[in-house]
Amino acid sequence: MLKQYSFEKTAVQSFDAQTTLALKTEDLQVFYGANHAMHDANLGFPKNQITALIGASGSGKSTYLRSLNRMNDGIATVTGKIWYHGVNINEPNVNIYEIRKHIGMVFQRPNPFSKSIRENIVYALKANGMKSKADLDERVETSLRGAALWDEVKDTLDKSALSLSGGQQQRLCIARSIAMAPDVLLLDEPCSALDPISTVKVEETLLELQKQYTIIIVTHNMQQAARVSSQCAFFHLGHVMEYTSTGTMFSNPQIPVTQDYIAGSFG
Amino acid sequence: MEQTNLQLNKPDSQTNEWDARLHHATRATREDWAGRGISYLCIGAIILVVASMLWFISSKGIATFTQNHVSVWKFLTGTNWAPDTGHIGAAPMIVGSFAVTFAAAIVATPFAIGTAIFMTEISPNRGRKLLQPVIELLVGIPSVVYGFIGLAVVVPFMRHLVGGSGFGIISATFVLFVMVLPTITSMTVDSLRAVPRYYKEASLALGATRWQTISRVILRSATSGILTAVIFGMARAFGEALAVQMVIGNAAVMPKNLISAASTLTSQLTSGIGDTIDGTLPNNALWSLALILLLMSLFFNALVRFIAKRGQLKHER
Ligand SMILES: Nc1ncnc2c1ncn2[C@@H]1O[C@H](COP(=O)(O)OP(=O)(O)OP(=O)(O)O)[C@@H](O)[C@H]1O
Ligand SMILES: [Mg+2]
Repeated sequence: MLKQYSFEKTAVQSFDAQTTLALKTEDLQVFYGANHAMHDANLGFPKNQITALIGASGSGKSTYLRSLNRMNDGIATVTGKIWYHGVNINEPNVNIYEIRKHIGMVFQRPNPFSKSIRENIVYALKANGMKSKADLDERVETSLRGAALWDEVKDTLDKSALSLSGGQQQRLCIARSIAMAPDVLLLDEPCSALDPISTVKVEETLLELQKQYTIIIVTHNMQQAARVSSQCAFFHLGHVMEYTSTGTMFSNPQIPVTQDYIAGSFG
Repeated sequence: MEQTNLQLNKPDSQTNEWDARLHHATRATREDWAGRGISYLCIGAIILVVASMLWFISSKGIATFTQNHVSVWKFLTGTNWAPDTGHIGAAPMIVGSFAVTFAAAIVATPFAIGTAIFMTEISPNRGRKLLQPVIELLVGIPSVVYGFIGLAVVVPFMRHLVGGSGFGIISATFVLFVMVLPTITSMTVDSLRAVPRYYKEASLALGATRWQTISRVILRSATSGILTAVIFGMARAFGEALAVQMVIGNAAVMPKNLISAASTLTSQLTSGIGDTIDGTLPNNALWSLALILLLMSLFFNALVRFIAKRGQLKHER
């Protein structure tokens, strides 16, 4: 039997006016038809920090993350507000293509196109109207460097991206996202398909990237959350139960459900 | 040597007992044998039929050149088709066949791709419920029905529109267009559906629009499947006899324009085969036309295989 926890008792931090937030949700609800998959998520994401979203399988982490750049359009009904640069981007008349250029996303499974490494990166730039060969080449290099992949692929940019290893493919996907120069980067379990060494590389990349980007990462790996994130949110059955600094979350969780989850004595 | 090793420390009788137990036939092994035997028999029979057909058509088709001493070059390029008087230039039919095939494919492909995109990307629900059954129905209609509609509707319409008899390449193209459209569409739909969903998601997450995603990611990775679909459509158009024969006018002359009576390899075959005597030049000449058809279908087949292989390589590379 699953232990019942009260959804009334939550410990969700909010930020004072001094903290610059890159993104913030207010009463975000998500419905898959009749399935109410996300209840009242009120989270703010401090600029240039890494925030980890943790929680058991099916707790709604991906659902929440995908709502942030409107990837749930046409799949789920999302209500509530998503504040980005003072604009509520969860409105029908907001240009979703523009949003996704500023809020990039990397998926659980590495999903490069079956094109060359270079083509993978310039795809979105070209689609966005960038034409100059020099500009494109420069973006290829800077984004591959940003994703810590440049040294490994600089001589084989025209090889198929599918010939890369899983870890390299995932870093290529990160490079592909940051090539668009977003300011928020959403990552949904980016390391779950990777070996420990590739994982370390991706984590190092993220720590480096947080200087320029605000990063929100879903992970099942608590050590990973502890290693990379500054803030940590715990999801349970479609509710945000606790949201604090990562240090507090792992050393001194406030409510029983989080304590049990962190201690591994869940359910 | 090995045997001695195995039998080490064991009395002979026990080894033999195991030997018998592990080698004796049971119902399962007998079924295996019977099953294998039956399938080999069937495959053998099919191979035999195909091989003898190939041999038959080839030997008959070559007789024109070996027995009647017509030069292959003259056969392929000559424009005068009058087998009774010894003139067998097959160029008008070859040109006719290729003309209707390419024209039908060129017209049908954009329609097919458009319909397939609608069915898979734009309105998958309506696509599945409405268009899928229509397409399956269209594939199943016998060609004589298409030919009949062509004769009753398309030919009079063309006569009305551009004058002349109404029979000709353009009418044949139109009928073939309708006939190959469902083939190309349904195969294109299959190849679009086979494009992994995560490609689409990756593209949308990068801020690409729906149209950019369709044209640069989805269509691009379905290219080899779509080419295969078009080639299958062309093979069908190239080999279609009855419907074409009913609307093309069957004049074995070099087509001067799109609206004068012409003929194709197949239409000439079906309309001519009853009037010739076995073993004579007119009969052999028709077999030669059949040989060209056979070679073309082998060619289409090889092309499809080549494309499939290329597509595979691209994914592995
Ligand atoms: N496309 C969808 N259609 C319908 N229901 C969905 C869909 N995606 C997720 N759900 C439902 O939403 C709930 C939350 O799922 P979600 O994928 O967000 O969980 P998660 O926390 O990301 O889990 P995991 O750790 O396994 O990835 C589940 O009950 C799931 O069944
Ligand atoms: Mg998930």
